[in-house]
Formats: sequence, structure tokens, C-alpha cells
Amino acid sequence: MTIEAIIPTLYVFVLAAFLGYQVISRVPPLLHTPLMSATNAISAISLVGSLVAAGAKYNIVSTILGTVAVFCATTNVVGGFVITDRMLRMFKRRPSPAPKNSHE
Amino acid sequence: MEILIQSFYLISGVLFIMGLRGMSHPESARRGMFYAEFGMLLAIVGTLLQQEIVTYDWIIVGLVLGSIAGLAMGLWVPMTAMPQRTAFSHAFGAAAASLVGVSEYYRHGGLLDHFTMSAIGFEVLLGSLTTTGSLIACGKLQGILPGKPLVFKGQNVFNMALLAVTVACFVGLFALPHATGLFYLMIGLALIFGVLLVIPIGSADMPVVMSLLNSYAGLASAATVFAINNKVLIIAGTLDGFSGFILSILMCKAMNRSITNVLFGAFGSVSDHATAAQTGEMKEISIDDAAVQLAYARQVVFVPGYGMATAQAQHALRELSDVLEERGVTVKFAIHPVAGRMPGHMNVLLAEANVPYSQLFELEQINPDFQSTDVAVVVGANDVVNPDARDKPSSPIAGMPILEVDHAKLAIVLKRGKGRGFSGLENPLFFKEKTAMLYGDAKDSISHLVQAVTKL
Repeated sequence: MTIEAIIPTLYVFVLAAFLGYQVISRVPPLLHTPLMSATNAISAISLVGSLVAAGAKYNIVSTILGTVAVFCATTNVVGGFVITDRMLRMFKRRPSPAPKNSHE
Repeated sequence: MEILIQSFYLISGVLFIMGLRGMSHPESARRGMFYAEFGMLLAIVGTLLQQEIVTYDWIIVGLVLGSIAGLAMGLWVPMTAMPQRTAFSHAFGAAAASLVGVSEYYRHGGLLDHFTMSAIGFEVLLGSLTTTGSLIACGKLQGILPGKPLVFKGQNVFNMALLAVTVACFVGLFALPHATGLFYLMIGLALIFGVLLVIPIGSADMPVVMSLLNSYAGLASAATVFAINNKVLIIAGTLDGFSGFILSILMCKAMNRSITNVLFGAFGSVSDHATAAQTGEMKEISIDDAAVQLAYARQVVFVPGYGMATAQAQHALRELSDVLEERGVTVKFAIHPVAGRMPGHMNVLLAEANVPYSQLFELEQINPDFQSTDVAVVVGANDVVNPDARDKPSSPIAGMPILEVDHAKLAIVLKRGKGRGFSGLENPLFFKEKTAMLYGDAKDSISHLVQAVTKL
């Protein structure tokens, strides 16, 4: 890779790091567990690399490694998002008024 | 076509950022996740359109099997098993990243330029050690492996030497990318280092380790994208890497320890002599007396810890909170940042039991409140309420911010038995005049309290 190609990549990396710091700092401790499973799902973006490795017919080893990687990454994408949503659904300001609490 | 693919990637990067931004509030979090999911979909579709991909057979196999496994895990893993699940998925994410790296390296037979080589090397190194490290963490959290730190003589020196050799391999590869043997040696060493890195860490330090592994898994993903030179998707990996990094720092601050101390301190193997000097008697309280105290209090604060998770006591605790509130008692929950085994662990469990998040308070918010609290109930928490951290500079946990339960008019401590907590430290709170112990399984004790309070 030439230096001209590396520089913009580094730019994106550094800017993303700053952005990440700003965005993540605003997440309250309340949501730290869902945050972790969400970023876990998002980091399965390595799926992009896995897909190419599995589908490009470079050679048999790359295909096998790629396929296993696709499996691992997909598990994280699907599992991560499903479980994050399951958790987030539970966070309520006030529980839906149960009949016996109706005097409130 | 290329324009279309690239714009898909760009949009997906933006959607990821918007998604995590939604996480700043529980109200907007779910919507945020829909953005992120859509972003992921765009990234996958964009990739599948690439002309490098000539066959879809294996892709479909991986996608289908992965979706089934992911769905099964996502739907059926109980909330109490969330730390294990998260550790396990760190292992999977890191494994995926390293496999892509190995595949790239193998494909080029090591004929790579220095920059690509360092990206792949970094990815595989970090990915491998995170994979085994996360699996060990998962085993510890699941209870397959002992939660106590496993230490041996000269451990730190050995680990450091191992790390040094591994890094030396990496540097060597940077200079000579076609040194294939070096590449596979590096992977092997990194896999071993991952195991050795996590075995000396005690269960109580897991929140930090979890965050760190999260960070590593993210950085490995970011490196993947460097390796395949896909600029825009660097955003996703970097976000994860930084999220884990920030969480690690927060967790360390919450324990007043440095990351090096957590990783190499083998905490939890604390020797007895530091704590043996504790004297005094622990006072027991009966269920009925405790119920009276709770029922006639103005304000009650619950302090949950990992013991609540193991006893699955969160639902019973919610019930108790409900009956108390019906009697006009103000009920609050105090959450220490490192309570439990991963960041935010307690919040999720209480949310599962339908405790509204407006009742959950963070350390800084709740501590001034303990002065005016009639009863503080400690449910399976220990170190996070240990006054030694505040009062005794020689204590191993000195300086760690605690929930100041001892300022309440009465502290009731629910505890399984008379033994010490996970860290092995004695807790002077238990011996205080204003503290009463309620022994037994937390869930049973709380259920009995509910009955006793209702009868009053």
C-alpha cells in the first residue's frame, strides 16, 4: 500500500476514534451492558472481510477460513442485535400499571 | 456499481454512529439499534455486490448457520448469563477477525507490503489472544473454571517474556512479511498468552477484563478493515474499540486501580494477614424484625451485588420494593459501577424484574442520600460497601469509591453465610453497631420479608 493510500485511512481511524469517544462518553452506566452487546454486534463488521474470503474462490484454505469466519461473525451480528433489543425492551421508566397499583 | 457499494458503506458508517448515539438514553436506545441493524444490513448487501465474490455457496452456509446460532443464543440465553454470553461473543468476534487475517496472509503467501502486514499482524495477534482470553473469562463466569485467580511463581515475568517474544515475532514479520513460520508462531504464542492473561484474574475484577476484551475485539475488527483497506468501515471497529476502552477506564476508576494492576496484580488472592485483625461480633436479625424496620421506614435503599444475580433474587426484590412502596416507603436502588461481573450487570437484572430505571441511582447520586435513609439493604454485595476502602489506607481496596451504607440509620446485610466475599477481604461493615445480618439464600430471605411485611 502506498503512503498516499495509507494517509486517508489513518484520517478516518483517528476521526472515528474522537467521534467514538464523544458518543460513547454520553452513554449512561445504566445502559453499559446493552452498549457492550451492541458494540459487539457492530464490531462483527469483520463479516465484510469474511464474506470476501469465503466467496472469492482464492484457494481452498481461504474459503474454509472465510466460511468459519462468516459463521462466527454472523452469530455475533444476529445474536448481538437480538439480545440488545431484548435488554433494551426491559428498561422502562415506570412499569406498565399493574391492576393492584391503580390507586397511584 | 463501485459508487453504489461505497455509498452503502458510507451510509452504514453513519447509521452505526447514530445507533450508538441513541444509546445515550433508554428512550432512544431501541430506535438507535434499528439504525445500527439497518447499517449492518447495508454493509452486508454492499459487500455481496462486490465483484470479487464469485460464489455464494459457502457464504450462504456460513450466514444461515450463524443466523441460527445467533438467534438461538439471542433468544434463549437468560439475563443472568449475560456476562458469559458477552465473553463468548467477544471470543467469536475476535476469532472471526483473526481468521480473516490468516486467510488474507495465506492467500498472498506472505507477499505483502509493510503496512498491510502490520495491519494483518496486529489483527491476528490481538484477535488470537482475545479469543482464548475471552473463552477463559467465559469459563470462569460460567463456573466451569475456578473463579479464583490461578497463580504460579514467576507468573508475571513469564507472561511478560511471552508477550515480548510474541511482539518480537510481530516486529520480525513487519520487516520480513514472507517469514511464514514466524506468522504461525506468533498466532500460537498469542493464543497461549490470551489464556495466561486471564487465568490470574479473579471473578471480582471481571468487569474490567470484560471491557478490555471488548476493546481488543473491536480493535482487531478495525485492523481487519485496515487489512482489506475498506476505509469507511474502520468506523465500526474503532467505535467498538473505543467503547471498550472507555468502559475499562470507568471500571478501573470505580475500583481505584490501574489497568496494569488489574491485569498483573492477581487480585483476589489476597493473603489473610492483611485482614485477619478484624474483631467484634456480627449481630443477627430475624425476618420479622427486619420486616418491621422496613415497613415503618421512610426511605429504604437496596444495594444489589453479584450475590443477587447468583440467587436470582431480583424478582423477589422487586416484589419487596412494591409492597414497601404501597405502604408509602420511598424505595431506591443504589448501583455501584462494578457491582456484578460486567458493566451495567445489575441494571439489566433489575430491569428484567421490571424495576423502573427511575428508581436506579448511581454512586454519586445516592451517596448523599444514605444520611437520610432509614434502612439500607445490602443484597449479596460486599466489597462495594466495604468501609475499609474509605477509612483504611492499608486496605488492598483503599481508595475505591464505595456506597456509604454505613451512614444509613440501619444496614441489613443479606448474606449466604458467615464467610468472606469473593475478594477474600473482611468487611468491617458487618461488625458495626448499626448493622444487622440476615443469613440465608437471598431469594428465600426476601420472599419471607415480602410475606412478613404484607402481614403487618
